[in-house]
Amino acid sequence: MPVAPLGERAAILHMREVDKTFSGQVVALRRMSLQVNEGDFISLLGPSGCGKSTALRLIAGLMPPTLGRIEWEAGAGADDIGVVFQEPTLMPWATVEKNVFLPFRLRGQRFPAVRDRIHEVLALVGLEKFAKSYPRELSGGMKMRVSIARAIATNPRLILMDEPFAALDEITRQKLNDDLLALKASTGATVIFVTHSVFESVFLSDRILVMAARPGRVISEIEVTAPYPRGLEWRTSPRYGEVARQTSDALNGALHPVGGLVA
Amino acid sequence: MTISTDTETAKHVAHDKGPMYDADEERRARRKRNEEIAKYVIPVVVMSLAIWFWDRLVVWNEIEPYILPRPGLVLSTLIEDWGTLSSSLLVTLQITGLALLVAVVGGVGLAVLFSLSRFAEMSFSPFAVILQVTPIVSIAPLIFIYVESRLVGLLLCAWIVAFFPILANTTLGLKSADHNLRDLFTIYRANRWQRLVHLQLPSALPYFLGGLKIAGGLALIGAVVAEYVAGTGGIGSGLAFRILEAGYRLQIPRMFAALILIAVTGVIIYATTSLIAHFALRKWHESALKRE
Repeated sequence: MPVAPLGERAAILHMREVDKTFSGQVVALRRMSLQVNEGDFISLLGPSGCGKSTALRLIAGLMPPTLGRIEWEAGAGADDIGVVFQEPTLMPWATVEKNVFLPFRLRGQRFPAVRDRIHEVLALVGLEKFAKSYPRELSGGMKMRVSIARAIATNPRLILMDEPFAALDEITRQKLNDDLLALKASTGATVIFVTHSVFESVFLSDRILVMAARPGRVISEIEVTAPYPRGLEWRTSPRYGEVARQTSDALNGALHPVGGLVA
Repeated sequence: MTISTDTETAKHVAHDKGPMYDADEERRARRKRNEEIAKYVIPVVVMSLAIWFWDRLVVWNEIEPYILPRPGLVLSTLIEDWGTLSSSLLVTLQITGLALLVAVVGGVGLAVLFSLSRFAEMSFSPFAVILQVTPIVSIAPLIFIYVESRLVGLLLCAWIVAFFPILANTTLGLKSADHNLRDLFTIYRANRWQRLVHLQLPSALPYFLGGLKIAGGLALIGAVVAEYVAGTGGIGSGLAFRILEAGYRLQIPRMFAALILIAVTGVIIYATTSLIAHFALRKWHESALKRE
């Protein structure tokens, strides 16, 4: 599914001046505004405590904002979300296909009616042979693939990913990054991706929101204009290095607000 | 020189056969094999020795059978009195089984109610705790005064002891679903019922089965203790009554025979509940997995 250029995409979600405060004193997120458009791949990049996961939980509807509003465009509902957590978060008592079946089941659908779709997404993540396996029989990377398959199975308008590859080794992580982009290319999905890796965010996204901690806030937005599909060529291009440098600088500004490398 | 050639040949043979095991692995494998065998042999040998020693003790000290009978006499009494003993065993088994069944239904039902409503938990859990911490022997006499039917009274006593571990464990299990999975269910707009059936009950299964193992043994204890309190009289008496009766009549071999039946029943209940747990969990739960 082709994705429109950055400036011409239809909005699906607005965060307007969102604040999140815990116990009335800990400011997890301050005045965050964000417009998510159809087909965007947005990374929320920042150190621990910058509120990137809080932002994701707010968008997922797991908690209400303290101030500000989160508005969905008509046609897209807040229940039209796929989520991938840092842990695979699979049900250990269910087979791979039954795990992917979960979002359908909770919508009241029967397994035979969606079996083909489930096997289709399992093929997309390269696990069609493991449909009847239990999660414990899979490696960490394979479990994450199941988790991704579950998130995309229902073709949600928006996929939220909370540091999904942080616990994996570098080789598996790169492979999954490639596969994630391939998936995005074939489905046209809209993704918000939380990470603390500069390189991952530059490789994957077309928009990077750099965030800072105490209080959690967005300090810079970087557009990555490199065209998809991206692969090894992008990863090794001079432009990639430049954007990574620029992002890194913005992030360092976040880590050292005084006397940092502010561009 | 010869030795080194031998080693060479051995290595070649090993290579031809495919995977080669080094000395350490062989040692481990041997130890594991031996342990496998010892697991069954040692208990049997020690148990036989103990019985033999019991027999010798009686013979050497010329102990009278009405003080301590020889194992052979206990066995022959068991066979001779099988008619009476087996019908009593059946009564004890029925009470134990029924009490366990009601404990499972009641314990799980109450645990689900607690998980659905915090107010229900606050209201009823004090009663459950009081019932649990009060020794059954002290409640039983009252129960037999208020309850007309002896069978119902016995059942009630056995149930009181058996249901608490199931209630406590299942309540804990229903609360211990993975927090990310809970978030996922929230995001997918799961209703209360879906959350219970597809998330909480499967998460609670290992806890429930742990409670069941304990409750099985307790149901038997409850059934036996209650019968002691209920005392003699009435038809359909269980094994505890046979023990009391034989005690009054100084039929010590019969006491032993009934005692053995109770012990064997307890072991069988434990083995059965363990087997149920194993088969219910073997596909996915850590407790039932062998490390590869």
